[in-house]
Parts: sequence; C-alpha cells; structure tokens
Amino acid sequence: MCEREEEPMSTPIAELENVVKRYGAVTALDGVDLQLHPGELLALLGPNGAGKSTAVALLLGLQRADGGSATLFGLDPQSMDARRRIGVMLQEAALQQSLRVDELIRLTMSYYPKPREFGEVALLAGIEELLPRRYGKLSGGQKRRVQFALAICGDPQILFLDEPTVGLDMGARTALWKTLRTLVAGGCAIVLTTHYLEEAEALADRVAVLARGRVIAAGSVDDIRAHVAQRRIRCISSVAAETLRGWPEVMQAEREGEHLHIVSDAVEAVLRRLLATDPELRDLEVQRAGLAEAFAEITTDAGVPAEQREAA
Amino acid sequence: METAITMSSARVTRAWVMEAKYEFLRLLRTPSFALPTILFPSMFFLLFAVLFNGGSHGAEVAARMLAGYSVFGVMAPGLFGFGVVVALEREHGLLTLKRALPMPPGAYLFAKMLMAMVFASIVVALLMLLAFTIGHVRMPLANWGALLGADILGVLPFCALGLLIGTLVGGQGAPAVVNLIYLPMSFLSGLWLPLAALPNFLQQVAPLWPATHLGQIALSVSGQGGDGRVVMHATVLAAFTAAFFAIARRRLQREG
Repeated sequence: MCEREEEPMSTPIAELENVVKRYGAVTALDGVDLQLHPGELLALLGPNGAGKSTAVALLLGLQRADGGSATLFGLDPQSMDARRRIGVMLQEAALQQSLRVDELIRLTMSYYPKPREFGEVALLAGIEELLPRRYGKLSGGQKRRVQFALAICGDPQILFLDEPTVGLDMGARTALWKTLRTLVAGGCAIVLTTHYLEEAEALADRVAVLARGRVIAAGSVDDIRAHVAQRRIRCISSVAAETLRGWPEVMQAEREGEHLHIVSDAVEAVLRRLLATDPELRDLEVQRAGLAEAFAEITTDAGVPAEQREAA
Repeated sequence: METAITMSSARVTRAWVMEAKYEFLRLLRTPSFALPTILFPSMFFLLFAVLFNGGSHGAEVAARMLAGYSVFGVMAPGLFGFGVVVALEREHGLLTLKRALPMPPGAYLFAKMLMAMVFASIVVALLMLLAFTIGHVRMPLANWGALLGADILGVLPFCALGLLIGTLVGGQGAPAVVNLIYLPMSFLSGLWLPLAALPNFLQQVAPLWPATHLGQIALSVSGQGGDGRVVMHATVLAAFTAAFFAIARRRLQREG
C-alpha cells in the first residue's frame, strides 16, 4: 500500500490482509492488502477478471479467503453486527420482480436497526416517481437506481457498490456521483468498483488498481497519475506525424485534421525540437496524462495483455 | 471499535413479519405460481370427484377424494414455492444479496414456510367449499378442522423437499424436476386412486414417498378410512423433513 506519510492513520473499518482466494486452479486474489478508513471513498479499478468483485465478496463475507483475513469493523464480515452497518449494491441481483419499489425499500429498511427516513432514501436515490411501480417493469437504469436506494436505506457506515453506474445514462450517473459525494461528506465510507476511469477520477480519495489478482498500484488519484511520466501535446502544426514518430522521445503521434496529438515521456525535449522545426506552430496545449493512460500503462507493466484491458 | 449495534427484538420480529408478508404478496402476484397452485387441485376435484362421480355413493366417494386432493393441493406451494423459487433466487443472486444484507438469520426460510402454509390454507379452504356445496360432502365439524390442520402442517415436509431440490437444481431445470417428482409421487402415494387400487408392487414401495404418509393422515383425521396410525405417519414425515432440511442446509453452506 502506498499510504502517504502525512495522513493520520486511523483504524481501518474494512480490511483485507494478505488475502488469497482460489477458484480451482485459478488464483483470483494473490496476496491482496486493502484498507478502508472512515469517511473515505476507495475505488477498486481494474479490468474484468482482475479480482475486484472477489475482493468485495470477501469483504462482505460472501466468500471465504483461502489465506489471509477479511474483517469489517474488526469483526467477521458475516457477523450481524458488521452487516447491520453496511449497505450493498451487487453487480447482479435480480430483486423480486412482482414487488413494488416502495415495498422493496420498506422490506430492506426493516433489516436495519436505525434506517434512514423513507422519503430521504427516495430523494437521495432519485426514485420518487418510481415508488408505486413494480420492479420487474423498470428499465435497466431504473433498476440500478432502486438497487442503490436499497444500499443506502439502512444509513450504513460503509457502502459497497459493485459497478454502480453501469447501465445509467450520463444524467443519472452525474446525479449518483453527486449523491455519493454528499454521503461521503456525511461521514459514510464507500468501496466502489468500476472500470469507468473518470468515475474513480471524479470521486475517489484513494484508488487501488487490481490486475491478475494483485494490487499493482494504490494511492490517491494523483499518486497513480504520478506513476506515469507521460504527457500529451496537442497543437496545430504542419509537421508530419510520421516524422514525429521517428523522434526518440515520441511514443505516439497522430494527426486529426489540422491538429497533432503527441504522447511523450520527455515532453520538454519534444517541445523544444517541435517549436524549432515549425515556427508557425500554434494552439499549443500540454496535459498530464489522465487516469486512463496511467491505468493502461500500469496494467501493461503488470503483464496484462492489451485485449483484456478496459481502459474505456 | 464502536459499541455493537443492537436491534430491539420488536424490530427483529418486524423484519421477520415483513419478509413473510412480501414473500406471500410477490407469489400471489405471480400468476404462473398462484393460479395453478390455487386452481388445479379444485379443478381436478371438480372433474373427478363431482362431475365424473355420479353414483349413488357420490358424496362418500367425494369425501374420500377430498382427503387425497387436499394433500395433492398442499404439496404444490411447498415444492414449487421452495424448489423453483430457491433455485431461481440462488441463480439470480438474490440469495447472495440477502446474505450480504442484515436480514435476520432464519427469516428467509421462515417467510417461505409461512407463505406455503397460507397458500395451503387457501387451497384446502377452496377444496372444502367445493366439496361441501357442489360435492354434498358432510362430515362432523371436527373432521373438517382436523383435515385442514393436518394439511397446513403437512406442507412442511414438502417445503423441505422443495428446498433440497432448489439447492441442487438450476432455475431453468427446477420446474421440470419438481413436476417430475410432484405428479408421479401424487399417483404413487394413492392421492388420486386409493392405494388398494394400485398394483401390489407399488403398494409395497408406497411408504417410501412422503405423500403416502400425509395421505394416510388426511384420510384418518377426516374419518374416511386410512390405516389410523397417525402418530407413526407423523413421525415418518418429521424424519423426512429433518433429513431433507439437513442435506439442503449443508448444500447451502458449502456454496457459501
């Protein structure tokens, strides 16, 4: 774990310690350490099959580790005391089709000692107009919002969200992000798995990148970005992309209309040479690589073949 | 660590009641479950005990058939309500979600058991109404009551058997497997034809089927014959229930 030194070390409320999980011959998690602290949003990022959902299942006690330990609030994750303090949204859960949305919420609320107010749940999840409808009649995105309502209805201290925004349109996704920020501001800790990089970038206090069952990078979004020295250059120039590709510092060069897009890990050297070559150059922009590039590079380093990556 | 979160027993009870209420409501709203479960036994009874049964002893035969058809009727909510529903919920992740949520332990099975018993009461009440009005069946009130009680409790072994099927079979295959057990067992247990009318070999193996025992209890308590060994049959049913349930539990735990 790359914990930053200046951060005060509070007791983690959810923890995987050197966890190993095998399915037959396949090792899904291979010595994973994860810690979640109160009030923080931890994003688990990684391609399909990286072990994100397995990590969540172990933290929830739905599966047992073959080695190492998983704890929630220092307890066995399957203990009632631990479960009463969490909310869960799993990737695939077919709820009772013939129940109405308000009935599903009231049923789930009944499991918790001190649930939220019913009206507040509906408001936070943005599902007020769906309440009288049968769950089975809802669209995919509406179902995801109802599942989110069930996850938050118990007023949990930790919220586990496995790919929460899959199937949501942009408006619903932005609304959900806003709600998540509100919840975190209110002291709720969140574990979120996603393969939407902008989601991790927009929300996460900390990111753990998983690949092939290992945490290959962990830290703040900036920490992860700093792993890569790459920068992007965008400008209008007459220099041919083929010429640029011949320069040793240039990793990628593409032309898109009159614009050039260049990726480099020694951006200053490229810029000096580029400006000298083309005095007419204009509209110059230099950007630090986003999480998408960082993520692609990290997973490449870890030996994940390109076709398995989901650097969407 | 913070102090453990306690939940008042009133709230825990409420969670159990809510689980049972919504389990019943959802199945009542599922026509593919509710309609055949509630209507088929009555339809068969109407057909074979009333319409095709015009002899001079019609009402007596109908009273005997009421016992058999009521057992046939209460097997369905147990077998289908557990077998098919558990198989689907296992496959579609609802069971996993419930295990992650703080649903009180036991509430899941309790809800389904109560649901099956309520459906059983509806099925038997409807059969009795038909038997009394159209079938002209007359019995002492105590016999009506005893039959209803035996049928409602008699759902439990079939809940346990259904649960076992639900833990073994996938959601796609479960309805077929349940039917493959439900219909032959009804026949082999003498629910449609008296056991004595079955071939000798089938009579000898009949005690292997749970429905045979419930059928004999139903006949005995409603005063329509049967071998009268109610306690023995009830003990066998309890043993079946415990065995099915224990195996199912082991299956569920191994998956978890």
